[in-house]
Amino acid sequence: MSEIFGIPTALLGSQLLVGLINGSFYAILSLGLAIIFGLLNIINFAHGAQYMMGAFVAWIGLTKFGINYWVSLLLAPILVGAVGVVLERTLLSRLYKLDHLYGLLLTFGLALIIEGVFRDQYGISGLSYDVPDALAGGVNLGFMFMPIYRGWVVVAALAVCFGTWFMIERTKLGAYLRAGTENPQIVQALGINVPLLITFTYGYGVALAAFAGVLAAPVFQVNPLMGSNLIIVVFAVVVIGGMGSILGSIVTGIGLGLIEGLTKVFYPEGSSVVVFVIMVIVLLVRPAGLFGKA
Amino acid sequence: MSNKKLTTLACTAAFAMMSAGAQAQISGNVVKIGVLTDLSGTYSDLSGSGAVLATQMAIDDFIAKEKPGFKIEMVSADHQNKADIASTKAREWFDREGVDTATELVTTSVALAVMKVAKEKDKIALMSGPASTPITNEECNDVTVHYTYDTYALANGTAKAVTQQGGKTWFFLTADYAFGQSLEAQSSAVVTANGGKVLGSVRHPFPGSDFSSFLLKAQASGAQVIGLANAGADTANSIKQAAEFGITPKQSLAGLLMFITDVHSLGLKPTQGMYLTTGFYWDRNEETRAWSKRFFAKQKKMPTMVQAGQYSSVYHYLLAVKAAGTDDTKKVMAMMKKTPINDFFAKNGRIREDGRMIHDMYLVQVKKPSESQYPWDYYTVKATIPADEAFQPLSQSKCPLVKK
Repeated sequence: MSEIFGIPTALLGSQLLVGLINGSFYAILSLGLAIIFGLLNIINFAHGAQYMMGAFVAWIGLTKFGINYWVSLLLAPILVGAVGVVLERTLLSRLYKLDHLYGLLLTFGLALIIEGVFRDQYGISGLSYDVPDALAGGVNLGFMFMPIYRGWVVVAALAVCFGTWFMIERTKLGAYLRAGTENPQIVQALGINVPLLITFTYGYGVALAAFAGVLAAPVFQVNPLMGSNLIIVVFAVVVIGGMGSILGSIVTGIGLGLIEGLTKVFYPEGSSVVVFVIMVIVLLVRPAGLFGKA
Repeated sequence: MSNKKLTTLACTAAFAMMSAGAQAQISGNVVKIGVLTDLSGTYSDLSGSGAVLATQMAIDDFIAKEKPGFKIEMVSADHQNKADIASTKAREWFDREGVDTATELVTTSVALAVMKVAKEKDKIALMSGPASTPITNEECNDVTVHYTYDTYALANGTAKAVTQQGGKTWFFLTADYAFGQSLEAQSSAVVTANGGKVLGSVRHPFPGSDFSSFLLKAQASGAQVIGLANAGADTANSIKQAAEFGITPKQSLAGLLMFITDVHSLGLKPTQGMYLTTGFYWDRNEETRAWSKRFFAKQKKMPTMVQAGQYSSVYHYLLAVKAAGTDDTKKVMAMMKKTPINDFFAKNGRIREDGRMIHDMYLVQVKKPSESQYPWDYYTVKATIPADEAFQPLSQSKCPLVKK
């Protein structure tokens, strides 16, 4: 068997593929965060909790109401996004004039409350959500056994990421959104409802988190703390990519997934810190992030 | 000074001394039990509020049956699996709130921190939750009881059974902290001693969520058995993802520390056929069923071995306080070590001089979905491991309290 640095190439290939899968989760979560930060200037610490809610909506839908995976994939983002809209209208909208710190504290508090409620209801051990029948099983790629579902995660995540990027950078709605962040007064004067745009944006960012949650439900145990374990890494991804940069968050998410995958091959103990080491280096060299505008 | 005044003073002094005398028996006539546990984190299902409930049940049962002449109070707190929070809380309890014993103490780092505080303050630490053997070895002291299980007993039960049944080559997936490393080391020793071979191991960060990279390494090793030296959600995710990547059933998994709550959360489909070692199974006999059903009525979950052990240890402690007629640490510890434990949890259990409570352990196999007849019908008891074989023999002990 051929080897690179003493590691069999088959193992390396499979680890890269696993890294790509994890990178897809990072990409879709950091994209939501980046949109919310870019347009609202809110650091959404409740993102992990909203991701968890997406997974729980899928689980509750399946076990209590018999709603299948495909419907959940649409329904959970809508429901959780609607919760996000309510939060934005009732709470977050009061903070736009204040320092970033207030938004951060509020969303962090919300995350703790939401996680606490779910923990109280469902315990901590987690719940199992089976892979939908159409995506069960796997294919043998020669160097590894690839579960079909994981392949689907990559495809779905990339499609949604690209769609979002296209909407913001290439459509009229996206142009309004971008203009609204640059200069809300003038855009408002031109007859565009900026507060509505902002509400929609927050709802959309939250919906992205919930979408990732549904994607994650069959892969990980559905657990009230599943988001808080992930969100810190995702924040690091956003910082590395550049706060608010749409393309930056997607590329960085996938790239860091790959790097993390490689770390697991060469030095597994370091796999939980590698992202933060990179973050420190990037902040020293390019404080605005790889894709951010200084 | 008038005579009357003198008499009053003398009487007051006499009364004061009398009550001081009474206090030397049981301080404030109250025995206060602190439950220091994980109420919100990874281990909150296997201990947590269930351990608090078990403590309350033990207190209520004790009062109803033994009618003690002293009052019993309980306080509880969340240590968040952090040693610093736990030792601060324990200090506060012992110094200011008159707590006589800190109990449960899941998570090794917490246990090691609190047992030092207990020693310093001359109070008792009753450990039903933590797993690592240093508690009664290198780090042992004379105010600690390690009650329910430990990594030696787990390795000795599960790794031995699996190796003897033909699982000769092993690869370990290990949580990268004291507990995981201790479990891996002890299991490796058992595997080798029984003619097996350890091909390698990989250490994953704690807590993790994606184990596929590590599992692929285990797969590439070609080992027959992948030993999971982790716990809680980490074990659950490892099992789930091993099935997803087609690793099981070609290679088999051995869960070195699994609780019934883990099996419940995963379901029987991915866990069927797995061997595990436990100190308690609710459906083992009439006595265990009767107690567990009372527990279930309140908690809506069957008890884990930690929760059952918590009840048993608190009850045993209260019996010792009553028999000794004092809450003095030295006297109560002596009485606890002298008295055998006989209840639904343990038969002829006893606490050794190193603080290890030894009792029978059980090797169980997880049932197939088709074999499970009713809710929580998860295990078949394959073997009873007698107390003297289940735990590390005193001859191998590194505890300075053990006289050789």
